[in-house]
Amino acid sequence: MKLTLHVWRQAGPSARGRFVRYDVPDGSPDMSFLELLDVLNQQLIARKEEPIAFDHDCREGICGACGMVINGRPHGPQRATTACQLHLRHFADGAEIWIEPWRARAFPIVKDLVVDRAAFDRIVQAGGFITARTGSAPEANSILVPKPAADLAMDAAACIGCGACVAACPNASAMLFVAAKVSHLGLLPQGQPERDARVMQLVAQMDAEGFGACSNHGECMAACPKEISIDFIARLNRDYIRGTFL
Amino acid sequence: MELRPQIPAGALTDKWERHRAEIRLVNPANKLKHHIIVVGSGLAGASAAASLAELGYDVSCFCFQDSPRRAHSIAAQGGINAAKNYQNDGDSVFRLFYDTVKGGDFRSREANVYRLAQISVDIIDQCVAQGVPFAREYGGLLANRSFGGVQVSRTFYARGQTGQQLLLGAYQALSCQIAAGKVRMYPRTELLDVVVIDGRARGIVTRSLVDGTLATHTADAVVLATGGYANVYYLSTNAKGCNVTAIWRAHKRGAAFANPCFTQIHPTCIPVTGPHQSKLTLMSESLRNDGRIWVPRQRGDQRPPDQIPENERDYYLERLYPSFGNLAPRDIASRRAKEVCDEGRGVGPGGHGVYLDLRDAIRRLGRPVIAERYGNLFEMYQRITGENPYVVPMRIYPAPHYTMGGLWVDYNLMSTVEGLYAIGEANFSDHGANRLGASALMQGLADGYFVLPYTIGDYLAQAKLPKVDAGHAAARQTETEVAERTRRLLLVNGRRSVDTFHRELGRLMWDRCGMSRNAAGLKEAIQRICVLREEFWQDVYVGGRGEDLNQSLEHAGRVADFFEFAELMCHDALEREESCGCHFREEYQTPEGEAKRDDARFSHVAAWEFTGVGKAPVLHREPLAFEAVHLSQRSYK
Ligand SMILES: Cc1cc2nc3c(=O)[nH]c(=O)nc-3n(C[C@H](O)[C@H](O)[C@H](O)COP(=O)(O)OP(=O)(O)OC[C@H]3O[C@@H](n4cnc5c(N)ncnc54)[C@H](O)[C@@H]3O)c2cc1C
Ligand code: FES
Repeated sequence: MKLTLHVWRQAGPSARGRFVRYDVPDGSPDMSFLELLDVLNQQLIARKEEPIAFDHDCREGICGACGMVINGRPHGPQRATTACQLHLRHFADGAEIWIEPWRARAFPIVKDLVVDRAAFDRIVQAGGFITARTGSAPEANSILVPKPAADLAMDAAACIGCGACVAACPNASAMLFVAAKVSHLGLLPQGQPERDARVMQLVAQMDAEGFGACSNHGECMAACPKEISIDFIARLNRDYIRGTFL
Repeated sequence: MELRPQIPAGALTDKWERHRAEIRLVNPANKLKHHIIVVGSGLAGASAAASLAELGYDVSCFCFQDSPRRAHSIAAQGGINAAKNYQNDGDSVFRLFYDTVKGGDFRSREANVYRLAQISVDIIDQCVAQGVPFAREYGGLLANRSFGGVQVSRTFYARGQTGQQLLLGAYQALSCQIAAGKVRMYPRTELLDVVVIDGRARGIVTRSLVDGTLATHTADAVVLATGGYANVYYLSTNAKGCNVTAIWRAHKRGAAFANPCFTQIHPTCIPVTGPHQSKLTLMSESLRNDGRIWVPRQRGDQRPPDQIPENERDYYLERLYPSFGNLAPRDIASRRAKEVCDEGRGVGPGGHGVYLDLRDAIRRLGRPVIAERYGNLFEMYQRITGENPYVVPMRIYPAPHYTMGGLWVDYNLMSTVEGLYAIGEANFSDHGANRLGASALMQGLADGYFVLPYTIGDYLAQAKLPKVDAGHAAARQTETEVAERTRRLLLVNGRRSVDTFHRELGRLMWDRCGMSRNAAGLKEAIQRICVLREEFWQDVYVGGRGEDLNQSLEHAGRVADFFEFAELMCHDALEREESCGCHFREEYQTPEGEAKRDDARFSHVAAWEFTGVGKAPVLHREPLAFEAVHLSQRSYK
């Protein structure tokens, strides 16, 4: 397949960025999107030009490292699919593709398609855990977790922290990310003692990081490669109100 | 170099208990004075860093990803073993121990494996307390499944994302300690060398992957939790960044490297589609619980699978291994798959594939049950191949997956360099010549939560550690060497990209030191590696600058290390004149093509000492003694 790519190139955090056009004559429908970038990078290297920087690691849709906006959509056009799992068979031969980094104040650009998502780590550090010192745990089966609660907690816990929700949101809000963590832990009996404090701390940190507010667009859920439901945002809001009045 | 395994005296069942009772403790008031470096934030590194910080040590943790949560452990799918015997099916600590030793083809240390089996139960308790959403039964109790070639149900799982959930548990524990100021986290930072002063590991030299700054960090002990090296084959199921750099540089500074040739080829991966292939994707082997593996009886049979009648299919694992069938251990399943493909009976493009067929299970259990068990795996398969596994059987082929070899460590997980520890996949570990499914997660967490945090105290309590800082001559020298190497990589300015060299090395290793090996091939490989390595240093083109985010430079450093390491791997494979576990030497097999172990000559750990690049490494042997298990020929017939 022949493809024309317009890739955002930016040398550093404060450098000016711009789209650069590249033609890739030798794409194949079985290639993943990142393999397309690999092929392009090999071309660039052969011409002694600088390859495009982009984050990636597992290439299996689970580490959450990859992330780019493809034709205006985080991770591209395919439902429930990260960029690394997106395959070229979903594009027409001759297609023109625009590729740019996540754009959000809380995710500053590092270089080309690489952004700094440390804000997510700091949100988790603010209280996205259950305090359980190593060695202090009770026998595992002494804690009963009803299957529906465990399943729902797992739905929320499936978040890979890629940041597509933020990139998709017109307000660059991190509500879906925070809601997923709050719900995962808040649905489990083990998570109850810290539940109220946790939601308050996470939301406070989210605000401090400069993420926007949620105004129920629902773009986050549509972009989420793990299809995390916005029902969790409703749950977060309930927990937040509960936390406020306690 | 002397190998001192430090295995405690006493009965196998009491060794760990007794050791813990006898271990020296660090005065709580002094713990904060001990700075410990943990390199790696996977299951092993994150659990160790968090646990050490909880104990009161001053901890720094490093990883090359942008967040510790993205370590390669995140990708583990199938599950984690523990001898809980919740299913009442006859499991026990002894049985888990026995299965692991036997599965490893009697090439692991009894005492370590027994400890691992004992600790396995605590891991589940710990993870549940952290909120890991393991699968549950309707009554709210934990669910289990059987996994990877054993006959009891002892595997705990969180859908097909067990590694993710366990890692998030450890990452959250780590985050809690970071927030408390007890761990300093350095993401996007790569270890490029270990600082050894007076024979002890006293720090590391790192490069910031954002701006290229080199830094020296000093400490009282260094823990490497840097994962496995299957990417020496280029194509593997490992994440792209997985590398041998940390343990290789440690090896060059005096740490013995054990059993480097023990590499596991996983039988159930999605086959290669073309020259652009950048990695291989594992389909969890839990699929083998319900799937049947087959190829056409006829060579070159081009019919679509649904048009090949039952009596023209060869369910070769069921035929060859009636009692284990499709659950035969990984090494056997992989080798047999290669064999039928080499016979010309492989399926799919290029004939490098066999069918993994769930048709019968779908008929028997219904689609909803199969969807509940494997839905996300099916989706992943379809996403990659464009084929629907509910309708067309999946195609699979073996791929490099896990490395049993690693830094040699004693019972305390300390390498041959004092104060330098290796945990998780980075050590030569408890899996002998072959790892059973769902045992790597168990081992990584055992090392990180429950072994290292105790044993490191024993060292710190007695070692005399004069203060050192980055200004120390040895530290400065190490940093200079790192800078020089980086500069050299950039200076070559040749014609070939790093990637083409890596691919070529990978292909060579796969052909000559992959699923089966022979002396002639290995000798040839050693020569070719040396030639290719020369060429790399003369003709590689890296580009860009050192003081910048430069992914080509990162890759170049890793590939340079793979080039040196690959040679050692071949030496080890050549030296081990037997077939055991994943190491299959064509010269040593039975008439039926089964591996022929040689306990008289090779019942040992091969620990290699570095003598110089391109120089013959020196072999040290740690004899393996078996008291609790009887050495048998593995039989899965
Ligand atoms: C696809 C797949 C599925 C698997 N499924 C299972 C399963 O179901 N059950 C099971 O038991 N096992 C499974 N395994 C194996 C298991 O996942 C790994 O063996 C295990 O997670 C390794 O953990 P670790 O902590 O040792 O290393 P890793 O998780 O690999 O972590 C390595 C860490 O070291 C860091 N690092 C590496 N080099 C450097 C450096 N030079 N400088 C700085 N940091 C560095 C990395 O950033 C990372 O944080 C699977 C493996 C794969 C590939
Ligand atoms: S590279 Fe890991 S999710 Fe895409």
